[in-house]
Amino acid sequence: MSDVIKLRKGLDIRLKGRAETVYGQAAEPELYAIKPTDFWGLKPKMAVKEGDNVQAGDVLFFDKQRPEIKFVSPVSGQVSAVVRGERRAIMAVVVKANAAPAPVEVGKLDPASASRDQIIEKLLATGAWTYFRQRPYNIIADPTAQPKAIFISTFDSAPLAPDYDHIIRGNEQAFQDGVTVLSKIAPVFVGAHNSGASKAFTSVKDAKVTIFAGKHPAGCVGVQINHVNPINNGEKVLTIQPQEVVAIGKIFAEGKLDFARIIVLDGSQVEKPAYFRTTLGAQLSNILNGNAKLDGARVISGNVLTGTKVQPDGFLGYYDSQVTVIPEGDKPEFFGWITPGFKKFSASRTFFSWLTPSKDYDLDTNTHGEPRAIVVSGEMENVFPMDIYPEHLVKAILAKDIDKMIDLGIFEVVEEDMALCEFVSTSKVPVQKILRNGLNLMIQEVG
Amino acid sequence: MKALRNYLDSVKPNFEKGGKYEKFQSTFEAFESFLFAPATTNQGGVHVRDGVDLKRVISMVILALIPATIFGIWNAGFQYYNVMGQADSATVVDCFLHGLYIFLPMVIVSYVVGLGIEFATAQIRNEQVNEGFLATGLLIPLVLPAGVPLWMVAVATAFSVIFAKEVFGGTGMNIWNPALIARAFLFFAYPSKMSGDAVWYYGEGVDGHTGATALSQAVNTVEPVSFIDAFIGVMPGSIGETSALCILIGGLFLLLTGVASWKVMFSVFIGGALTALCFNQFGPETPIAQLPWYDHLVYGGFAFGAVFMATDPVTSCRTECGKYIYGLLIGFVAIIVRVLNPGYPEGMMLAILFMNTMAPLVDYFIVEANVSRRKKRAIAK
Repeated sequence: MSDVIKLRKGLDIRLKGRAETVYGQAAEPELYAIKPTDFWGLKPKMAVKEGDNVQAGDVLFFDKQRPEIKFVSPVSGQVSAVVRGERRAIMAVVVKANAAPAPVEVGKLDPASASRDQIIEKLLATGAWTYFRQRPYNIIADPTAQPKAIFISTFDSAPLAPDYDHIIRGNEQAFQDGVTVLSKIAPVFVGAHNSGASKAFTSVKDAKVTIFAGKHPAGCVGVQINHVNPINNGEKVLTIQPQEVVAIGKIFAEGKLDFARIIVLDGSQVEKPAYFRTTLGAQLSNILNGNAKLDGARVISGNVLTGTKVQPDGFLGYYDSQVTVIPEGDKPEFFGWITPGFKKFSASRTFFSWLTPSKDYDLDTNTHGEPRAIVVSGEMENVFPMDIYPEHLVKAILAKDIDKMIDLGIFEVVEEDMALCEFVSTSKVPVQKILRNGLNLMIQEVG
Repeated sequence: MKALRNYLDSVKPNFEKGGKYEKFQSTFEAFESFLFAPATTNQGGVHVRDGVDLKRVISMVILALIPATIFGIWNAGFQYYNVMGQADSATVVDCFLHGLYIFLPMVIVSYVVGLGIEFATAQIRNEQVNEGFLATGLLIPLVLPAGVPLWMVAVATAFSVIFAKEVFGGTGMNIWNPALIARAFLFFAYPSKMSGDAVWYYGEGVDGHTGATALSQAVNTVEPVSFIDAFIGVMPGSIGETSALCILIGGLFLLLTGVASWKVMFSVFIGGALTALCFNQFGPETPIAQLPWYDHLVYGGFAFGAVFMATDPVTSCRTECGKYIYGLLIGFVAIIVRVLNPGYPEGMMLAILFMNTMAPLVDYFIVEANVSRRKKRAIAK
């Protein structure tokens, strides 16, 4: 029997535009992009140039410092653009497909007989090593280091998040195969939700399953790690999402490198929120056009707390299984701070909306106030179910006090774990940005 | 509304850098964001944010102060007619009007001086004006006696805003509660005017009539005012502090909206009650030590301090566990000062300021416990 951990703290932000478990139809796009900006701290080195023809699975670019870490093309076609930003940093490598996306044959490998090194080699060769992210820092993992554990959260508790039980349906065996492969690298821990998690997750073999109950961020893998097997100074833990586990399972059991992904399109600006079958790095226009009201709206690859703002013709983020469309909030509001606020959502009880806790809200991107010094206390702690003092950690980062940051547990957190702290902050403190600055400083100074 | 918005947009360039009135940029922005919540959107980080902001939180504090303020205004007028011997003939409206005559100038002085300094420092620092003083500006007159001269209100406000707040970096950075610093400043700088009975005068002129507070009488008399009278608050005292009833209504509002920490508020009352109870049981046979514990909670500034001053999140403990310790110790110290230092019977102000000073230390030990827990966890592996 698996353990149940009940988290008392947290906050569910109820948004309008939740998707039913139905699939929408959208034509496969022509353009696909892998964006180096999706990987923290990555210095990419191009393996192709504009105009080159590539096959699905061919290397587009690799990590300059660790060339064995490769980023491969999800489709066959022609490299149509290498988008560069400030100081010629590579922002995206765009591939124009000349054939429908299809799995690539890479040859099976039986994890039972393969050694750990062979498995890692295979993952590196197929580009699947990039599916892992390493704690601390949420960066691409070092393949030569021995991680303490691999954690998979099989539910996403973020606002309007996709239901992985639904996404995984039909791929239960591939998920199990993937977990078996991972268990050869390090002990695998699976976190599942207490209500209605599918058997594929709760009775998975070769892993220790922990059941979690509670509000967001219960589904954040960092919170689960903190409760199951916390990261101590010097330890490394890998995290991976269910769809990527399925992809790894298919590589080993079927010999197929499959870039197919299922995403959910939702948010109050979406007319018929639904799931879509698409491909890693796909351009979003085909899915968005006709399904969402894009005028005065913001398209987010990911959820409203941690996602990335993309243009309506932008591309799906590497690790994202969700696209959210919400209204922009760029209108001034008359006496906005004193209205009774039936329509405003707040974790505090300073709006009448706290009397209607089960209502769904249509939130826009307005900041609802200006940045201030931290005044209100306890609000971050209330939505942060880890044995860490979030406010003190934020202040230690602002003071660039490295010893204190380590003492207060910076190695255990990444942006998504603390995103709610930013959401509830009365003083509008940019917690995620501050935390990333702190993590970058740690990478520089501690490594 | 639209016309107002258009007007603001049309004059805005004058206040921006290089404009005619660029020295008033902070002032303009403060008024603009007061009228219209700004249209800024989230960039990077979260895409949606909680509806609450500091303006709203401070507004809640001001709303919570309204019952105590209204009662205080009436009471100030009533006490005036009482010492003048006209209490029977004065109507509620008379009392209220005379109360306003006393109170309104104090509020105006406090806001004009305080906000003036706030706006000026915001402009010098090139920052936005912070809302914190909107509550402080009302709190200062509420914790002062009705008879305090206006120039003293002005000096105290200026001192507290500059030396208790701005030198530390403004709202959110201060160590001590600014309103209490204003009061403490007057108490220590002008002791002859701020202690004893002389301060509680309500008449006009140099040798105006005086009325002793319940606490100062309690030094020599056992239970000078009954619990129920003190609870309702028709007695001399600082303007906002006399009516425990009105204060508790405001306190309830603060707890319902979640603006104040119930942990702090209740611990102060519990700390005070337990300490007073100990004195009742084991203390010396002086009248103040034998003052029933429940009277301590409604006499003087205890209730006001517990509800509005101790709960100031900036100057209280910031860890949840620390809030209990902080509150309990405020109650404890306040009663100790009251009972063991009859020279100055009101201990609440000093207790809160003392614990403001100690709050970071309490937090330090609690956070260190977390740190050592994390280190032990690594060794245990």
